[in-house]
Amino acid sequence: MWLPSVSCAGGLRERAKRVHHQTQSTSRLIGARSEARTSMSFVEERLLPSAEPVCLIDQYGVPHDHPSYGLPSKEALLDGYTQLIKGRRFNDQASALVRQGRLAVYPSSFGQEACQLAATMVLREGDWLFPTYRDSVSIMSRGVDPIETLTLLRGDWHSGYDPYEHKVAPQATPLATQLPHAVGVAHAARLKGEDTVVMALVGDGGTSEGDFHEALNFAAVFQAPVVFFIQNNEYAISVPLARQSAAPSLAHKGIGYGIPGERADGNDLAGLLAVLGQAVEKGTGRRQRSRRAAGRPRTGRREGPRRRGPAAHRGTHLPGPGAHQRRRRDPVPRGCGGRPVAAARPDRAADDVPRAAGLAGRRREAACRGRRGRGGRAVARRADAGAVGRPRRSVRPPVRRGDAAAARAGRVPPRRTRP
Amino acid sequence: MTHTKISMAQALNQALRDAMTADETVVMFGEDVGALGGVFRITDGLTAEFGEQRCFDTPLAEAGIVGMAVGMAMNGLRPVVEMQFDAFGYPAFEQIVSHVAKMRNRTRGRVTLPMVIRIPYGGGIGGVEHHSDSSESYFAHTPGLTVVTPATVADAYALLRKAIEFPDPVVFMEPKKLYWAKEEVDLTESQPGIGKAVVRREGADATLIAYGPAVPVALEAAEVAAAEGRQLTVVDVRSLAPFDDETVCAAVRRTGRAVVVAEASGFASVSSEIVARVTEKCFHSLAAPVRRVTAFDIPFPPPKLEKHQLPSVDRILDAVDDLQWEDS
Repeated sequence: MWLPSVSCAGGLRERAKRVHHQTQSTSRLIGARSEARTSMSFVEERLLPSAEPVCLIDQYGVPHDHPSYGLPSKEALLDGYTQLIKGRRFNDQASALVRQGRLAVYPSSFGQEACQLAATMVLREGDWLFPTYRDSVSIMSRGVDPIETLTLLRGDWHSGYDPYEHKVAPQATPLATQLPHAVGVAHAARLKGEDTVVMALVGDGGTSEGDFHEALNFAAVFQAPVVFFIQNNEYAISVPLARQSAAPSLAHKGIGYGIPGERADGNDLAGLLAVLGQAVEKGTGRRQRSRRAAGRPRTGRREGPRRRGPAAHRGTHLPGPGAHQRRRRDPVPRGCGGRPVAAARPDRAADDVPRAAGLAGRRREAACRGRRGRGGRAVARRADAGAVGRPRRSVRPPVRRGDAAAARAGRVPPRRTRP
Repeated sequence: MTHTKISMAQALNQALRDAMTADETVVMFGEDVGALGGVFRITDGLTAEFGEQRCFDTPLAEAGIVGMAVGMAMNGLRPVVEMQFDAFGYPAFEQIVSHVAKMRNRTRGRVTLPMVIRIPYGGGIGGVEHHSDSSESYFAHTPGLTVVTPATVADAYALLRKAIEFPDPVVFMEPKKLYWAKEEVDLTESQPGIGKAVVRREGADATLIAYGPAVPVALEAAEVAAAEGRQLTVVDVRSLAPFDDETVCAAVRRTGRAVVVAEASGFASVSSEIVARVTEKCFHSLAAPVRRVTAFDIPFPPPKLEKHQLPSVDRILDAVDDLQWEDS
């Protein structure tokens, strides 16, 4: 059983040093880099991720000081936790829509909402987001209409939104293939003298793809302002991380390309905002240095990667070993502040967070009703009513003239034939 | 206008130079295309003239090259990328098929990708393995890609200029054995656009349909056939996708007989598509089944054997002889 644990961080450090030593020797052998770039101090100071994932608010809601990262402002945290509730609600609702047969599929980011939101909260208006199919919450939080976000997954079209409107690329289904595109957008921006940063999302499984490596290498060689944000939810469908990589951590993969890496607790919104914010601001030349960062948060996803699909894929790692630990690390209850009981019962804690975040009680009640699972239609209607905070548009297919009457009469309308 | 004698490689180089001069969003990159000027010298002097930001070398990673071009095209530039050799382009296949070809469709026309993927292709230069593939069928088969291939020096210039100006991605297949073929040309002369085939020679008896490196061979065969008393039309397809049914079918209807000549292996290829289209559209005009002269369905052989693999004048004339003349 593979469990992410900070307790083995010391061991990781030792392994990391061995890797660095090899890197150093290789570089010297081929004479590819100056002595300064291959020196251990350069690697340790500039490239090496921290020994333990950065965590500013722990699972009990207790804030911690960190030598390199400060706690985000109260306003940012309040905004973040408000969005977190919306993101969780969106995930719940979309999964319900799959069970109702109204979405073809929904790759859920349940448990990863903190990552989803932090990725976009640190971006400016002109920055780009390159999401995968699992990043619907991230897309929505960037301002894309939830209905348009789900167009792909509903099966209406391959992408439902205008990528230029919110600077969000179409969701990429082939793993890691969007990363070279992110580098291209960033490099073009650099050539045009634009102050654009690109946030490129990828999962732990995606880091095994060749395109991941080519993208990191291109970004480093061309000094393209890209932040590669790896959401490590420990499984690629059914395959655990140990089968994807033997690296000390996924953030260490940046070192081989000369890209600084960092690790963050993927359930800690505060830590993620701090780490990603610094990667975007300092790491991409908006301040002084021209560096990028490979963020590597840990997250604990509790749902299967697909809600519908081959039986072999369904819930293979649910609840399974580690489920309890993952529940304890849930990003949502941390917003309540120091309530371990709540952390053990995130479903209740989630109800408290809207209050803490100043959300209307109406919405909280709606969320609770939805979770207790009344009729499917009622759940869908509540989603329309703004539980995810977007315009109230129907997610049901438009009813064609005549179809409604036919449905009432229990008849299936005749299939339309082309003229 | 003055006619100058230049090679196809020089014409392509001039096309890139003129395109980069005319439009500052055009950028050229790939492997060895910078200071070296490309292994075939197609990008010779471009870095010196336009700087390293406009024409530059990349790491050796074809998927990365094409993927980066996708992003740059998304962000307002017109990238032209070079795959060093046909078979070296295969690592980029997923990017080309899954993203380059589909972006406009996926985004309902909101994101178009004005980019050109240049691929030197085909045999005839004595290249060792992986240097002589004809990969055009993979791309022509993929909806969303425009695939063109020039056969003359003038066309190389004109088609590349049009490909760079094209609003959608173009796979530009360069017949590498014709790189050094020289012609007296006036590059300012207007040429037909993408999607148009051209009749290179008129003849009443049969039609040879060819593209890229097979066109000069077909023209030579027509010359020999004329000496033997048979007049052949030669159509240069130029644009594999979209395909110019009108020009090709008009020629076939005039002559009633046709042979398709192509360097690629015949099975499930552009040549088989041409035969299918001609047969479907010109059935009542045909006096004989449409024949094909292609490479054999084997991996491309070592250079000492390649002359047997590539369509030759003799094989073309044999196919023409086989068009059931005695029945008419």
